Amino acid sequence: MPAIVVDHLAKHFSTVKALDDISFSVGKAELFGFIGPDGSGKTTLFRILTTLIVPDMGTATVNGLDVVKDYRKIRKDIGYMPGRFSLYADLSVEENLNFYATVFGTTVAENYELIRDIYSQIEPFKKRKAGKLSGGMKQKLALSCALIHKPSVLILDEPTTGVDAVSRLEFWEMLKRLKNNGITIVVATPYMDEASLCDRVALIQDGKLMAISTPSEVIKTYPWSLFSVKADDIFTLLNDLKSFPGVHTVFAFGQAAHVSFKERNMDEKLLSEYLLGKGHSGIKISPAEANIEDCFMELMIKT
Amino acid sequence: MKRFLGFVVKEFYHIFRDYRTLLILFGLPAIQLLLFGFVITNEIKDARIAILDQSKDEVTRRISEKVLSSGYFILDKNLTSYKEIEQVFRQGNIRLVLVFGPDFSKNLDKTGNARVQIIGDASDPNTANILVNYLQGILSNYLISLNAEKIPMQIVPEVRMMYNGQMKGVYMFVPGLMAMLLMLISALMTSLSITKEKELGTMELLLVSPLKPIQIIIGKVFPYVFLAFIDACIIIILGNTVFGVPVVGSVGLLLLESFLYICMALSLGILISTITSSQQIAMMLSLVALMLPTILLSGFIFPVENMPWILQVFCHIMPPKYFITIIKSIMLQGNGFRYIALETGIMAGFTLFFIFLSVKKFKIRLA
Repeated sequence: MPAIVVDHLAKHFSTVKALDDISFSVGKAELFGFIGPDGSGKTTLFRILTTLIVPDMGTATVNGLDVVKDYRKIRKDIGYMPGRFSLYADLSVEENLNFYATVFGTTVAENYELIRDIYSQIEPFKKRKAGKLSGGMKQKLALSCALIHKPSVLILDEPTTGVDAVSRLEFWEMLKRLKNNGITIVVATPYMDEASLCDRVALIQDGKLMAISTPSEVIKTYPWSLFSVKADDIFTLLNDLKSFPGVHTVFAFGQAAHVSFKERNMDEKLLSEYLLGKGHSGIKISPAEANIEDCFMELMIKT
Repeated sequence: MKRFLGFVVKEFYHIFRDYRTLLILFGLPAIQLLLFGFVITNEIKDARIAILDQSKDEVTRRISEKVLSSGYFILDKNLTSYKEIEQVFRQGNIRLVLVFGPDFSKNLDKTGNARVQIIGDASDPNTANILVNYLQGILSNYLISLNAEKIPMQIVPEVRMMYNGQMKGVYMFVPGLMAMLLMLISALMTSLSITKEKELGTMELLLVSPLKPIQIIIGKVFPYVFLAFIDACIIIILGNTVFGVPVVGSVGLLLLESFLYICMALSLGILISTITSSQQIAMMLSLVALMLPTILLSGFIFPVENMPWILQVFCHIMPPKYFITIIKSIMLQGNGFRYIALETGIMAGFTLFFIFLSVKKFKIRLA
């Protein structure tokens, strides 16, 4: 039985459709990612799954329990980390953890094994007030608090937003380990690079699911030929590329531009000469593998 | 139960770590009581007066002496003409002018009718009124002593002010302040502390936890029951030691009634927090909707009986009014429960009503 089943779920706030007929399921011990821009409906979906709001239409179950009828039982089974830092800033690290442990009817000692990897990193600061922690440490504490009652399903709403790159990587390492412990994890993120770390990802925009697949499958569906183009002046490069005949899309991607062509057999030389003619220097053109971000951008254009 | 206790412990951490909350909780009652007790007082001592004595005979001198030795008045200036009266009032430090007509004792002896004029500064009407009354009292006392043997029949009332023999203003302020401060601390503080969790987003996590709504609510207000109770004791003790306001009746009954009132105010605070989502609105509601009626419409400062009937109707739905009646009855008159059963019942009714409303209104979900 899947851990989460969502069937034709819809929710609107006054005139805004936050969720529009969404269906998917998440298997046991799966790391399931939701990728989408701000305001795409991720938080609304998560609040329905955590029984905090009621859907207008459709049903959702967590561990076979209905989110509307059996909300009390579900609340014991899930660990939730809201998008905003929601711990008590005036309590210390230790006090926050102890508080959530008692509220869920357990103790820190009882489930210490589960959180040891994460908590051990912030334990040296356990007397510090939670409000005075750095962004990465706050997230680790919030995760520890969400995990302290050994939930079978973990729901994380943008846990790495505002966290530095190294801490983000560490955080995802931890999620992998938790998943290996048999915990189902649903995580939302605005970072495309994190999507490839999930077992499956769902691309969501304007309350609609645009694709659900494994990251490699999503990439395979990319239809166009893609090139990575570099030049010294990246800003004019982007503009010049857009006016090159036959170009489908141009996106900045780190230090390079990703250019897609609907035509399969694109001649690199032609492009190179065109850019030289525009006065660019240090031109490097190479065929590129599509990544999740390219796929997402493509899906966004389609709709 | 362990969950609940953990929650209460957390609440105490919040309170004791925020020195501003602590200051409001324990500083405010003491400061308010001292302020009200010392500053706002209806008794007037050492009012400055001027005397215009146009006869300067033995009788007027004796009357002046009596007036000035009464303790209420100090002679600021002896005037010599009517023109000066307006002038001294304008200077502002004179409250009252006493004018003796010409040939005072002569007239008194011959016709039995001497003229004396009292001019008050009614830009402050209450003070003027009180001073004029004091002065009239002194004059008529003198007259009685003068005629003690001549008049065969006289009615001398023997006035006794029950329950507050010296007519001290503080006797009125202590019960009123108790009603006001307990309302402030209980309703304002709880509504703030609950809406704070909503604002910070921690309510989201509490809702997702297995805590029941009633546990969250009671856990939130429990510390304030305790703290407000301490405040009630502070007010009673300060009132007694500093201002000599007695507790004639049973202290136990007084504390029990205070406890009931605190519960009532807390349930009102919970109600406010369930219908608001930000600390600011909760604060405005508590201050405007609770504090002003508590001060103005409870009989604390202005007597209910003198208000227009529409306001009197409002007064009767103000819970503090009943509490003030109760504490006055216990503290000053020493009445037992029998005399305040009705008021107690009304307060208990309010409490149940507010709790019922807030439980109905409390959201088990967001929005």
